[in-house]
Amino acid sequence: MVSAVFHSPLDTTPVPLPGKTIELTRSAAPAAHAFNVAEPPATKAAVARVPFDWRALWLRVLPPLIGVALLIGIWGLLTLKSSTFPTPGQTFDAAVKLFADPFYQKGPNDQGIGWNILSSLKRVGLGFGMAALVGIPLGFMLGRFEFLNRMVSPLVSLLRPVSPLAWLPIGLLVFKAANPAAIWTIFICSIWPMIINTAVGVQRVPVDYLNVARVLNLSEWRVMTRILFPAVLPYMLTGVRLSVGTAWLVIVAAEMLTGGVGIGFWVWDEWNNLNVKHILIAIFVIGIVGLLLEQMLMAIAKRFSFDD
Amino acid sequence: MTSFIDVQNAEMVFETKKGRFHALREIRLTVDNGEFVTLIGHSGCGKSTLLNLIAGLLTPTSGVLLCDNREIAAPGPERAVVFQNHSLLPWLTCFGNVHLAVERVFGGNDSKAQLNERTRAALELVGMGHALHKRPHEISGGMKQRVGIARALAMEPKVLLLDEPFGALDALTRAHLQDELLKIVARTHSTVVMVTHDVDEAVLLSDRIVMMTNGPAATIGEIVRVDLPRPRDRVQLAEDARYVHYRKEVLEFLYTRHGHVQVAIAA
Repeated sequence: MVSAVFHSPLDTTPVPLPGKTIELTRSAAPAAHAFNVAEPPATKAAVARVPFDWRALWLRVLPPLIGVALLIGIWGLLTLKSSTFPTPGQTFDAAVKLFADPFYQKGPNDQGIGWNILSSLKRVGLGFGMAALVGIPLGFMLGRFEFLNRMVSPLVSLLRPVSPLAWLPIGLLVFKAANPAAIWTIFICSIWPMIINTAVGVQRVPVDYLNVARVLNLSEWRVMTRILFPAVLPYMLTGVRLSVGTAWLVIVAAEMLTGGVGIGFWVWDEWNNLNVKHILIAIFVIGIVGLLLEQMLMAIAKRFSFDD
Repeated sequence: MTSFIDVQNAEMVFETKKGRFHALREIRLTVDNGEFVTLIGHSGCGKSTLLNLIAGLLTPTSGVLLCDNREIAAPGPERAVVFQNHSLLPWLTCFGNVHLAVERVFGGNDSKAQLNERTRAALELVGMGHALHKRPHEISGGMKQRVGIARALAMEPKVLLLDEPFGALDALTRAHLQDELLKIVARTHSTVVMVTHDVDEAVLLSDRIVMMTNGPAATIGEIVRVDLPRPRDRVQLAEDARYVHYRKEVLEFLYTRHGHVQVAIAA
């Protein structure tokens, strides 16, 4: 019933449009002028008639809430009689305590969760940043030069599916230290989506745009900045988004092995302490940080996308 | 008048995956300075190919094309092209799209203010002065095509090449833009080569209509000289005996003598 009430204003909005086009073809005035006059009032009227869309809000907010509630409910039910696995309530209490003081420092192996997250983000930022600096220009070159593409493509296909953990020993061997090895692992695992997506983007630049560049006889620099780069940007940002996801996925595994300060190491440390509540909290924290990174890049991608 | 564009025995063969495709054969055509020439023919007859050859976007398999007594080897801003699908860059505003062209051609001599002024003047010439800072997706198809024309005109080209510029527009918008184009060409005395499949458009706009035979291996079938005084008014011309005659001549060529592809091959 509620949905029917809220449904009506949405349904009525397209109705004035056909009316407008009929008027348009009937009028004797030149078509282009009719466009100019008819368009703005019609859109304004449509905006004015649609009230705040409560129904869409409910559809957006309610289902995710139900989903989360369901997860916690099942978790609660399953752990009702368990003594080893913490209940949602216990975990929540532990989280409150943990986040009350996220930035304490008691020696190198006992630091607040805030420091752990920040040092993981720092590693991800470094590894991912270097991957972007190398991967994006490399992708451009692969897209632009067929020879290079054929030369490098088999290598990319070969190396891309390799597990991050297989790269770690190489890093340890070369850098002889845990921290650079972890950054190296992130670098090598997050570089592939950026190379591939950028290269595909360059190859898919519409021929029309390149013809425009040829007719205008634009310099190579202008072609790059005004045509190639904006045309490739959406593809590139998809690559960047996938890369950040991979980088955040890899960091936990890498840190578990290398130790030090970081969310991955923290999980391993809490496992050694048999503090399962903290491990569950870590899982949520890792998920939420990953989600935020993704959302941030989605927002950037939206900002730079264009409609054709 | 001097011949400005000179196509000497141009042949065009495409090497495709399905084999060789002989698109154009023995094309000989001259266009005078300040002349308005349209290329007309059934779809697939290679009229756009011929335009692309003049633009320099394609190089002929054999034969030579000259523009102002110099061989056409590559595209250049002195031969501005208005593309069939407007080809505006969606990430630039109308102003930005035209400015890109202006900057390339006049950037060496003009000041920044002069470049901006040229851009604005070109957009105002096509009646788009009100939408300088709109993106292409915010304006209608007719408006996009106008900006495309503005971009070409702003370069002050020696030749304006139009590839079915109004093909995708509704009849009213098309008529309006044709009238605008006539006015602009009268003012700028541009040399124009235009591809079209619209007989009325060809007769209304052209000094000469180049009618092409059907492909493959299409060539120029006949050339009609349109001796109608300018400025031309579409409403008055509709009943003009000469106009009707030219129109019929083109229609006869297209539909009676070269009506079907099969007939053309058999002939």
